[in-house]
Amino acid sequence: MNLLTEQIQNTFVIHINEERLDAHNSSDLKLEVQKLFESGNLNLLIDMKDVRFIDSSGLGALVSGFKNATSAQGTLKLSSLQPQVKSMFELTRLHRVFEIFPSAADALRT
Amino acid sequence: MENRNIELDIKVPNHTKYLSLVGRIGEDIAKEIDRYLGDRESLAYQLNLVLTEAMTNAIKYGAPDSSDEKVHILINVGENELSIRIYDCGQGFDINEIPAPDFEKLEDRGRGIFLIRSLMDSVKYVKGRKGNVLEMVKQLH
Repeated sequence: MNLLTEQIQNTFVIHINEERLDAHNSSDLKLEVQKLFESGNLNLLIDMKDVRFIDSSGLGALVSGFKNATSAQGTLKLSSLQPQVKSMFELTRLHRVFEIFPSAADALRT
Repeated sequence: MENRNIELDIKVPNHTKYLSLVGRIGEDIAKEIDRYLGDRESLAYQLNLVLTEAMTNAIKYGAPDSSDEKVHILINVGENELSIRIYDCGQGFDINEIPAPDFEKLEDRGRGIFLIRSLMDSVKYVKGRKGNVLEMVKQLH
């Protein structure tokens, strides 16, 4: 999976450079998030600008990351959700769980 | 009257790397159905999603220890409805026993069948001696 992780101030930003987040590649994202929290990084942002499709496995990987964040007393924010992707969060009520921002810049300002 | 029915018979290796190919076929079909009065962009996403979810199920639970097996998918677009059948040779499951996700609990898994049920008009899973089939139908009018 094509992921780009960069540190901006005290936040690690993971850019998903893929059109799809599905059962084929979501475990890579799950591992990357887990690795970052285990390394003691507490603030993570996943930017989903390029993701135009997400399935239940992709949602599951993000939920797993959110639980890692809670265990580590850290935060996991999401940004730049395309409309169809956002509708999947709404259908599964996960929009109530995650802090979702219009852009990575907006998320980093909070 | 012009016959506008489409039937696609697809066999792909049972590997997740083919999910995007099958999902794209679903999107392309949605773009062809000009008699669908709803939002065709949404229909495209929905067909991509239900095909992806159903094929993932067929890969995970369908044919254990048989990496050479293929996933068999039949898509039929009739005048009034679209049906998708996905066949598997595994032990099968009882779709009525699968609970809706508990939105108060944060589970990593268990949203796939819920998504399929939410987006299609009817969903059934029929177990047979020679294999099982997940059948999903969407009304076009």
